[in-house]
Amino acid sequence: MASANRPRHGGDCAPDGHAMSPVTAKASTPPVTESAPPAPPRRGPGWAPILTIAVMLGPVLAGIAGTAAPAFGWLPALGGDGLSLRPWAELFATPGLGISVRLSLVTGLVATALSLAITLLIVAAFQGTRTFALIERLLSPLLSVPHAAAAFGLAFLIAPSGWIARAFSPWATGWERPPDLLIVSDPAGLSLIAGLVAKEVPFLLLMTLAALGQARAREARLTALTLGYGPLASWAKAVLPAVYPQIRLPVFAVLAYSMSVVDVAQILGPTTPPPLSVQLVEWMRDPDLALRFRAAAGALLQIGLVVAALGLWRLGEIAAARLGRAWTVAGTRHARDHALRIAAGGAAVTITLAVALGLAGLAVWSMAGLWRFPDALPGTLTDRIWQREAAQIAPPALTTAVIAITAALIALVLAVACLQTEFRRGTRPGAGGQWLLYLPLIVPQTGFLFGLQIAASSAGIPPGLAAVIAAHLVFVLPYVFLSLAGPWRAWDQRQALAAASLGASPARVLLAVRLPMMLAPLATALAVGMAVSIGQYLPTLLIGAGRVATLTTEAVALAAGGDRRLIGAWGLVQALAPLPGFALALILPALVWRRRRGMTAAR
Amino acid sequence: MKDAAKDEAGPPVPRPSGPAAESPSAAPAETPGLHLEALSVRLGDELLVALDRHIAPGEVLTVMGPSGSGKSTLLAAITGTLAPAFRLTGRIRLAGRDITALPTHRRGVGLMMQDDVLFPHLSVGANLAFGLAPSIRGRAARCARIDQALSDAGLEGMAARDPATLSGGQRSRVALMRTLLSEPGALLLDEPFSKLDADRRAQIRAFTFAQARAYGLPTLLVTHDAADAADAGGPVITPDGRPL
Repeated sequence: MASANRPRHGGDCAPDGHAMSPVTAKASTPPVTESAPPAPPRRGPGWAPILTIAVMLGPVLAGIAGTAAPAFGWLPALGGDGLSLRPWAELFATPGLGISVRLSLVTGLVATALSLAITLLIVAAFQGTRTFALIERLLSPLLSVPHAAAAFGLAFLIAPSGWIARAFSPWATGWERPPDLLIVSDPAGLSLIAGLVAKEVPFLLLMTLAALGQARAREARLTALTLGYGPLASWAKAVLPAVYPQIRLPVFAVLAYSMSVVDVAQILGPTTPPPLSVQLVEWMRDPDLALRFRAAAGALLQIGLVVAALGLWRLGEIAAARLGRAWTVAGTRHARDHALRIAAGGAAVTITLAVALGLAGLAVWSMAGLWRFPDALPGTLTDRIWQREAAQIAPPALTTAVIAITAALIALVLAVACLQTEFRRGTRPGAGGQWLLYLPLIVPQTGFLFGLQIAASSAGIPPGLAAVIAAHLVFVLPYVFLSLAGPWRAWDQRQALAAASLGASPARVLLAVRLPMMLAPLATALAVGMAVSIGQYLPTLLIGAGRVATLTTEAVALAAGGDRRLIGAWGLVQALAPLPGFALALILPALVWRRRRGMTAAR
Repeated sequence: MKDAAKDEAGPPVPRPSGPAAESPSAAPAETPGLHLEALSVRLGDELLVALDRHIAPGEVLTVMGPSGSGKSTLLAAITGTLAPAFRLTGRIRLAGRDITALPTHRRGVGLMMQDDVLFPHLSVGANLAFGLAPSIRGRAARCARIDQALSDAGLEGMAARDPATLSGGQRSRVALMRTLLSEPGALLLDEPFSKLDADRRAQIRAFTFAQARAYGLPTLLVTHDAADAADAGGPVITPDGRPL
């Protein structure tokens, strides 16, 4: 900045510092010291951002490389020592591949469009109301439920023997026994889409809320309201254009995730053939090692599909923006929008209820004795499953905790170091930084984790706990950073100035003032990181080479078996696993600062 | 990028010999007080600060002017928090020590801001202890010094209190005592009275100036309130050095 300005503004000052300012001229000859600001920002990005980017993106790049090589026939360990297109020929010869690809594309695009539409409708309808405050409060618990647990819960709820069917039977449906309907795992992927929407709406809501503050949304909406626009139209025409660019990357992440998710698809998705991602994992884990080449080619295809879908989405954005501008300049007020606002409320309630009832269903099934159709509750309750499974659950629960705590703590230290570097240099990462942060969430997991496994084994890194933690870190870091960055940057910097003017060094300001004041956001970021780690399925499965068992891998493995009571128990434990972290994040700051009104009022 | 100005500045260079030696502002190194020697700050082509002053121990120099006139730039220059886009020339010396290029925490310049900025996570006593110079050692000695400061400020027995439970006037006094306990060489007042209500205002103002004099601190007051300036008693100037 300064160097760019120099020729323009500093023309009156000699570059060697012997400037003749009006003052110095007056005071005969000047004592000349031209000074840069003290503690000037150092050059280069510093160790923290470089290390963080290496930890986050190194595995992604290594993974893509490790996928690309075998996709073209090169994998010496398995006898592939020349370039060939055979993996691709085999891939395209797979029966049902077209359906797998179509499922991946359609479920991804539809789930993303629906999630975004519902999110925007909810925010537009309720921003600034008491309902909105309630929705905000429900968000964190909804977000913290791992995808797999929510998917199990939804599967139980909508299954032919689930609570929905029971509630309408036999009086409305005439069913005396569970009907033979393929609701879960329907061939069109509708239940998969529903499961994705239930989990992605809370995520997009949270990201939209964060964007609202920066977009001066309240003022813009109020202005439109006073001009006679209906509440929904006010939001859509005056606020959305400023908000959407800020939630674009989260939307991209949702699209990539929905297209390539494995665990949710194994629980709710079609099976013959399954979506591409599930098919890929089956090949990657097949005892027939020759299938790995085909899996690698398929993984590259998956990356290509996501890139194509992102491009398609971008075109859709441009078209929507054009239509939106025309709609805006037309000046239509849409003052009566009751029906849509009720629909928005209905969507919010449906999603919350679906997840909550789903989890309740897991709990009831885990304790169900005999449960006749269409009784709403089991005739008898028993703790037989819990008695039997407690000893089985404990070891993977411990492994889950060790991985989650370690990964989240490492991520937290790196995030603080990055944010502190940014603070001390007075710089903010630009759009490029945001892209780097979202890259691990946008490159499909199936696309690079398989290659990462190959790259790790050729580099002699043994599969195990440490490797799994490193793989989790790739996904934990972005969320920890995103969670912490807002509060960290919003901190009142006069606190630092006050401390420095009392003689406190930068290190002391950080340790004695900033970190204690940031206790609540730090604890929340840690809980978010742990929740992300707890929910990881594919990284644990592939990088752990099946040897690292966590609550998530064990629970998802039960999906195929179909034992409701067993799934209920494991799914419930998985769903509850993130809660202690969030409870601690809530209780710890309140307890530590219970005598400090200034600390509680700030939150 | 941002520190290009540093390239041409380097560490503070020794004063050039020759005519400079006769400069009225070129005080001997041991002269007490705060010296602003041919101090100027520019942003682009705009000259925001141009001062050549000496503030003696116990003296108050008041800088007045409308917002945007360079008052906060002057304070940032003295505390060492100028943004990189600003260009500073001249020198700032405190008790003979050149502090122009020192980081904020090593300048020995105490600062009172518009808000008291007490640390909300620390008790009143811990806020004072944060400021209290480390040269005072031992728990008992430090506690005694803090209790003394509290009683000087008419806040006896409030060490254990949560700062959020204090009145505005009490908080101001705590903030001032915290600054004084850090044994600064000079005191900067950045409109510290503007948020107090009218009857407290005169009282806190008188207390602050009395303490500054008692500690023998060269004091620079930035304000847009004529009553503040009148009460301070010293010379009143604009950020570009014109007397008012």
